[in-house]
Amino acid sequence: MVQDLGYLKETASQTAGPYVHIGLTPNFCGIPGVYESDLGSAMVNDKTLGERITVTGRVIDGAGVPLKDALIEIWQADAAGLYNSPSELRGHADPNFAGWGRCPTGADDGVFTFRTVKPGRVPARDGRPMAPHITFWIIARGINLGLHTRMYFPDEPAANAEDPLLGRIEHRHRTQTLVAGGTAPNYVFDIHLQGEKETVFLDI
Amino acid sequence: MSNHHNGRPETGAFFPRDRGWHPPAFTPSYKTSVLRSPQKALLSLDGTISEITGPVFGHSMLGELDNDLIHNFAKPGESAIGERIIVHGRVLDERGRAVQGALLEFWQANAGGRYRHKKESYLAALDPNFGGCGRTITDENGYYYFRTIKPGPYPWPNGVNDWRPAHIHFSIFGHGFAQRLITQMYFEGDPMIWKCPIVGTIPDRRAIEQLIAPLDWANTIPMDARAYKFDIVLRGRRSTFFENRPEGN
Repeated sequence: MVQDLGYLKETASQTAGPYVHIGLTPNFCGIPGVYESDLGSAMVNDKTLGERITVTGRVIDGAGVPLKDALIEIWQADAAGLYNSPSELRGHADPNFAGWGRCPTGADDGVFTFRTVKPGRVPARDGRPMAPHITFWIIARGINLGLHTRMYFPDEPAANAEDPLLGRIEHRHRTQTLVAGGTAPNYVFDIHLQGEKETVFLDI
Repeated sequence: MSNHHNGRPETGAFFPRDRGWHPPAFTPSYKTSVLRSPQKALLSLDGTISEITGPVFGHSMLGELDNDLIHNFAKPGESAIGERIIVHGRVLDERGRAVQGALLEFWQANAGGRYRHKKESYLAALDPNFGGCGRTITDENGYYYFRTIKPGPYPWPNGVNDWRPAHIHFSIFGHGFAQRLITQMYFEGDPMIWKCPIVGTIPDRRAIEQLIAPLDWANTIPMDARAYKFDIVLRGRRSTFFENRPEGN
């Protein structure tokens, strides 16, 4: 026998199911009056610093069909490259920017939309600068454990070329699955769950 | 509301997720997973600042009835119909430490198994006094509680005759975005648990048992509501030994 490390096991994930909106965006799904507004629906206000951008996209299944019951959350640094989090020790993030947003994919067209600011660069663990990016988390009926990925910007080729994460993608053509389309300030980021154009998902 | 340990915010990366404990993406007995599961390997990334940080929410965002599903959608003086229950517990991390300031959101069907959602067509009736959503934030010891009615089981189009066990959906925020978790709580003694294809996506029986809340008789409120206890464990944080210190410096 040896000493017991005493660690607990993480609670296992289960799918968010088709009615995730009841809990996470009740106003969106026709349950008004419980909360004033849906959490994460407004990321910026008049005082938020930085370049305003819009990110739209869809989540597409293995048959090429957009999901109309998915929900996306994003997490990003502010324009100066600081996170609004207690674990951010490099400085104080913009108090007018929480850095977190939540949006369901549209019930008719499957499109999600985030109005936010372009994030500044943040360092990797070894200190090298990462290219500007937004972290995505995707949940839906049929997804047993939320999927993490990142969106990078098409107008940052030099930063993307030296990004430590993008540089680790063995099959180089797949790097493009993490780079948005569109042009500033309107970016388009389609997420392919499966198949030839499958997005690179992360075990973080 | 920071994750203080000896007064300092923690900045360690999270313990790697045990993906043999969680359900895999491709679980064909849960049919929708077939076309919604990635087929390529995930790219592993030791958490950077983009993953070890995450949004933290203040108690001031909560309304008075946010954790009372019996009343938060009900007309004044009325309440939802069903078995009145309290659900309570702690949010811990894998090191057994309390996670304070964790936002929990929950949603569920009514006592008859009917969800208040436009895509739901089950013939069981809606309860005019039940919405089905609630939220709360853990206190400094990681505790939370809410009041609701026990949800009913409901049929769903998967197999010809599949029924979900009674369950409450939970969404949990820890302190890092890598801890983000959605799960479902089941009720002690429900025979439907062991027939359910969604429960069955979890390969390890012990992981399933961790999702089953026991009846907490000691905390049952006489003549009012029974209690169920449900503890939630989020990923632990690594200690930051020797990090970012190049050799020789």
